[in-house]
Amino acid sequence: MTDAPALTTAADTPPTAARGLAGRLMRNPLGATAAAFLAVVVLASFAAPLLAPGDPAAASLKDAFADPSGAHWLGTDSAGRDILSRLLYGGRETLLGALVTLGIGLALGVPAGLWAGYRGGWFDAVADWCANLVMALPAMIVLLASRAVIGPTVWALMIVLGVLVAPAFFRLVRGIVTTVRGELYVDAARVSGLSDTRIVTRHVLIVVRGPVVITVALVAGIAIGLQAGLEFLGVGSGDTPTWGAMLNEAFKSIERAPMLLLWPGLALGLTNAALVLLAAAMRDALEDRGTPARAARTRRAPAPEPARERKDASPAVPGQRAALLSVRDLAVAYATPDGTERRVVHRVDLDVAPGEIVGLVGESGSGKTQTAFAVLGLLPAAGRIARGSILVEGRELTHAAERDYRALRGKTLAYVPQEPMSNLDPAFTVGSQLTEPLRVVLGLSRKEAATRALALLREVEIRDPKRVFDSYPHEISGGMAQRVLIAGAISCDPKLLIADEPTTALDVRVQAEILDLLRRLRDERRLGVLLVTHNLGVVADLCDRVAVMQTGRIVEVGDTARVLHTPTAPYTRKLLNAVLDDVPARAPWRPDPARSTA
Amino acid sequence: MLLFTVRRVLSGLFLLFVISFLAYLLLSVQDIDVGQQVLGMGARPDQIDAKNAQLGLDRPMPAQYFDWLGHALRGDLGTSWYTGEDINQTVSTRLPVTLSLMVGVTLVSGVVSFLAGTWAGLRQGGIVDKGIQFLGVLGYSVPGFLLTLLLVQIFAVQLKWFPAIGYTPFAESPGGWLSTITLPVIALSTGAVAGVSQQVRGAVADVLRQDYVRTLRARGLPPHRVVLEHVLRNASAPALSVLGMQFVGLIGGTVLVEQIFALPGIGSMAVTYTARGDVPAIMAVVMVSVIGVVLINLLVDLAIGWLNPKARAAA
Repeated sequence: MTDAPALTTAADTPPTAARGLAGRLMRNPLGATAAAFLAVVVLASFAAPLLAPGDPAAASLKDAFADPSGAHWLGTDSAGRDILSRLLYGGRETLLGALVTLGIGLALGVPAGLWAGYRGGWFDAVADWCANLVMALPAMIVLLASRAVIGPTVWALMIVLGVLVAPAFFRLVRGIVTTVRGELYVDAARVSGLSDTRIVTRHVLIVVRGPVVITVALVAGIAIGLQAGLEFLGVGSGDTPTWGAMLNEAFKSIERAPMLLLWPGLALGLTNAALVLLAAAMRDALEDRGTPARAARTRRAPAPEPARERKDASPAVPGQRAALLSVRDLAVAYATPDGTERRVVHRVDLDVAPGEIVGLVGESGSGKTQTAFAVLGLLPAAGRIARGSILVEGRELTHAAERDYRALRGKTLAYVPQEPMSNLDPAFTVGSQLTEPLRVVLGLSRKEAATRALALLREVEIRDPKRVFDSYPHEISGGMAQRVLIAGAISCDPKLLIADEPTTALDVRVQAEILDLLRRLRDERRLGVLLVTHNLGVVADLCDRVAVMQTGRIVEVGDTARVLHTPTAPYTRKLLNAVLDDVPARAPWRPDPARSTA
Repeated sequence: MLLFTVRRVLSGLFLLFVISFLAYLLLSVQDIDVGQQVLGMGARPDQIDAKNAQLGLDRPMPAQYFDWLGHALRGDLGTSWYTGEDINQTVSTRLPVTLSLMVGVTLVSGVVSFLAGTWAGLRQGGIVDKGIQFLGVLGYSVPGFLLTLLLVQIFAVQLKWFPAIGYTPFAESPGGWLSTITLPVIALSTGAVAGVSQQVRGAVADVLRQDYVRTLRARGLPPHRVVLEHVLRNASAPALSVLGMQFVGLIGGTVLVEQIFALPGIGSMAVTYTARGDVPAIMAVVMVSVIGVVLINLLVDLAIGWLNPKARAAA
C-alpha cells in the first residue's frame, strides 16, 4: 500500500522530466557556462579555415619558439608553426574523432540495450556477456593492439573505441528498460495492442533519453581524452595538427619552452571539464534536486523554543504529566530544499504511563512516525524539534546531548520498526546483531550475551532459537524478523517501547501473534508501549488509550472504548467509517470526496 | 564460499580463453607480409618464405593459435618476430616496474579514497565533502596524462624534487626506487581517488539512510561503532566494485605514464611492440593486462562475497 504512490510518480515523471531539461539546465549557472563554452569550441573548431590566422602546417625554423605577437597571437611551436591555427584545426580533428566514437557507441549500445531490456531472453544473456567481455578489456591496450593491425590512423581507432564504449550505453539503457518494462503505462500500451517496436520507440525510448544524453557527454570526454592520449603516444599520421600531437611536441621541448604545453593542455582540459560539468548539470536538472549544502545548514538550526503555557483549549488532558513519557506542545520541522522550514508536527501532547499501551493513530503522513522519532531523538538530519517538551521518566530530552540520549536508548527507550527486513543489517547474523547491544550497552561478555540472546529469542516465541541465531536476515521470514526486532528492542530491559506500525508488513495471522506477544510483554514487564498504527482494529484489540492524529495535530485523545464508541472529532468518525467500509460484507461503492483529498 | 570461488575462477579462465582467441584472430588479419618486414626490402622471395615458415605463418590461423596457446599454457610466450628476444624474459624484467606502479596506486588510492570518502559521507556538506566533489570534477575532466605533464613540469622540471624520467629497481636502491615511482604513483592515483572516493561517499551516505542504522542506534549503540562495524562493512562492497572497475582504466593510464616517465614497464612495451605487428609480444601484453583485470575482479568478488552473505548465496 505504501508502494502505490511511489509507483505512479515513477511512471509519471520520466516522460515529463526530459521536457524541461534544456530550460532548467540554462538556469544552472555552471551548466549554462559549460554549454556556452562547448558551443564556442565547436563553432571555432569547425570554422577553423575561416578563423585561423595562418596555415597550421606552415613551418618556419627562424620563427621557432616565438613569443606571442601580432602575427602569432599565441606564439609558435618548435617548428615555428602558428599555435592558434594548430589549436583551431586540432579542435576539428578532436571533435570529429569524438563524434565517430559516439556514433558507433550509440548505434551499437542503445538498440541492443533497448531490445535486451525489453525482451530479455537469450539475446539479453548473450549481449550482457559480450558487454562484460568488452568491459574487461583495457581500452588503451586494445587500441594499441588494433593499430598493429589497422595502421596508425586515428579515425579507425576511434571506430574501435566506439565498440569499446558501447557497453556503457548498453548497460545504462538495459537497466532502465528492465525497470520500466514492468510499469503500468507500458502494460497499458501493450494491452491496447501496440506492437513491441512501437512501444519501444514511443514509450521506452523517451525514458532513456535523459540518462543517455548525460552519458554521451561523459563518453565524449573519455573519447577526447583517449584520442589525445593516443596522439600523445605518437599514434597518428603526424601531419594533421591535433591537441594530443601538440602536447607530444611540446613535451619534447619541456625544458626549453614549458609554456608550449599550456595552450593544447588548456584546450583539452577545459573542453573535457565543460563536458563533465554539463553532464553533472543535466543530471541535477533531471533529478531536480537541492544541493547537499542546504541539508547541512539545518544541523546548526536554532534550539527549540521552550514550551509555553497555552491559552487555547487543548484536546489532551492538561495538568498532570505521566511518569514514563510525557510530551507537551511538541513541534517537528523539516528543512526543505529551498531553504525554508516546514512543520510536520504541531503542538502534540501525549502521555504514556508504565504498563499502559497508548495507540497513536492517523493516516500516512499525519506525523505519527515523526512524533515517535522525535521522542527517540532519531529524527533524520534535515528534521529537528522546533519547540516543546519531552519528559522521559521526568527527564527533559528536547535539549539533551546525543550522549545523554544514548544512555537512555536500549535501557529506557526502545524501538520496534515497521518494515522487518530493512531493519536488520544484511551483512551480520541475527545473533551478532542481538548480542552487540547487550555487550556494548550492558557490558556482558560474549558468552553471557549469547545465552541471553537465545533466551530472548525463546521469549518472543521463536521455536528454533539456535537456528535463527545463526541465520543471516535474508534466511528468515518477515514474521520471524519482526520477532527478532522485538527481541532486540526488549533486550536491554527498557521501560518504554515505541512500536511504529509493528504489524503492517505482516500477514494477518502473524499480525495477531505479534499483538499477543506485545500484550504479554506489557503484562510481564510492565512495559509502557506507544503503538503507532493506522489500523483501528489493532487499537481496539490492544490499546488502553488512543490519540488520533491528523495533519500533524492530535485531534482527539481518550480511553480506547470511549473514542471508538463515541468519537467527538469528525476526523475520528471518518476513520471509523473507513474501517467499516473495509469489512468483508461491503457496502455499495460510493465516492468519498474527503478521502481522495487526504 | 568454496563453490563461489571455484565458479568465479572458472568464469575468469573462460574469459581469458575467449579474449586470447579473439585477440589472436584480430592480429592475424593484418595484411602485411611479416617475413618481408622482418628481413627488409632486399630479401629474396625464397628467404621470405623460409622466414614465414620458420615463424609458423604458413599454417592456417587456428593451427597457429593453438600452437601459441599450447606454449602459453606451459608458460612459454614465444620469441619476438622482429628482434628474436625471449618474450618471457622481456615480460619478467618489465612486469615488476608496472606492478610497482599498480600496487602503489592501489594502496594509495584505496586508503585515501576510503578515508576521505567515509569522512565526506559522514559529514555531508563539510570541507572534505566539498574537496572530494571538486577533485571528482577535476579527476573526471582532466585527462590523466595532462595532469601527469603538469606534475612533471612542477615537481621534476621546476622544483627538481624527483627525477623526470627513469626507473631504479627496488633491489638496486630502495630509496632510488621510491623517488622514481613517487610522481608516477601520484599521477595515477589522482584519477583513481577522484572516482573511488565519490563512490565511497555515496555508499556511506546510502547506508546511513538505511533503516537498520536507525534501529541499531535506537538500541543504544554509539554512532562511531555503528559506522565502523555496520556502515563501513555495508558500504565497502559497492566501493570495492568501483575500485575494480577503475583498475581497467588504470592500465590505460599506466601506458601513458610509463611513456612520460620513460619507465620500462608493460605499458611502454605495449607502445613499442604494437608499432610493428609483433604478434607474440602483443599477445603477451594483452594477456598480462587481461590477467591483471581478471585477478583484480576475482579479488573484488571474493571480498564482496565475504562482506555480503547475500551475494555469496546468490552466486
